[in-house]
Amino acid sequence: MSTADWPLFEVFIRSRHGLSHKHVGSVHAVDATNALENARELYTRRNEGTSIWVVPSNTITASAPEQKDALFTSPVDKIYRHPSFYELPAAVDKM
Amino acid sequence: MTALTQINSNHDALNTYILRMADNNLVLGQRLCEWCANAPILEEETALMNTSLDLFGQARNWLNYAVDRDASLQDCDAVTMLRDERSYLNMLICEQPNGNFADTMARHYLFDVWHRLTLEVLCNSANETVAAIAAKSILEVRYHEQRTRNWVIRLGDGTEVSHQRMQTALDDIWTYVGEMFTQDEAELSLVAQGVAPDQQTIASQWRDIVSATLAEATLTMPEDGYSQMGGKQGEHTEGLGIMLAEMQSLYRAHPGAVW
Repeated sequence: MSTADWPLFEVFIRSRHGLSHKHVGSVHAVDATNALENARELYTRRNEGTSIWVVPSNTITASAPEQKDALFTSPVDKIYRHPSFYELPAAVDKM
Repeated sequence: MTALTQINSNHDALNTYILRMADNNLVLGQRLCEWCANAPILEEETALMNTSLDLFGQARNWLNYAVDRDASLQDCDAVTMLRDERSYLNMLICEQPNGNFADTMARHYLFDVWHRLTLEVLCNSANETVAAIAAKSILEVRYHEQRTRNWVIRLGDGTEVSHQRMQTALDDIWTYVGEMFTQDEAELSLVAQGVAPDQQTIASQWRDIVSATLAEATLTMPEDGYSQMGGKQGEHTEGLGIMLAEMQSLYRAHPGAVW
């Protein structure tokens, strides 16, 4: 059996209620059910999770590395987007 | 250091039962270990090893209780590593060689259904320690059953080759199914006390569950023919001695060895 036959799934785990699912890695699996099982075996061995999502890797549309500048450089200059000019009331202390 | 002596093999009814439960787990767990570095894919290998470790953990719970009840058993390691083949009380289905992946999954699924049904009743055992060990084990075993069931269906209802291999695997292992539902006097005395389940009841539940799975997997349930038995009384098939020789060699060469 070749791993070429086994599609890749991305694994997302929610570690606690109230937190969002976080990408933890990927698994090979024959189908989605099997992917859930394999994710459970590989990524929740030490009591890491309360919920697992698996998503076929080939359904994810990703930004291309060469687009990095076009996509992400500009905001660095737009300091007005960062809420760093406000004085916090003492009662709020830290945000 | 543990003396390299023969472990007592005269057990009362309850310890006989406990050792049977422990040995099923030990022997099947050790068989699964043989897939280490041989499994078809990394993910599946991890799953097999996790299952194996679950089974060893459960075996340890059973063995500790057996040792508590009978000090002549020494300790958990000694009773595992110093008993010979004839003193192992596992069912024959657990010791059958791994074969191909379909053989391993067929063997494991048929055992898992039996194991889960048996543990469900044991959770309400009149013996509180037995009930507690069962309650701890059953969460893991429900998952084992789910996983192996999915593989039986996936391979049965898969390609022509996987279907054929799974059907052959079932046909081959079926001769060891009957033993799971046999009960000798020792076990029947525990049934009468409400300690152990009546395997007659479990047999019919098992049949319903397995036949539904096999139907979904487009597989044919093998005919009940000759059943090979004797594992629970220490009469084993030829593979067990070889497996134990490997498993026990280190401990026997270095008595009392620990991690």
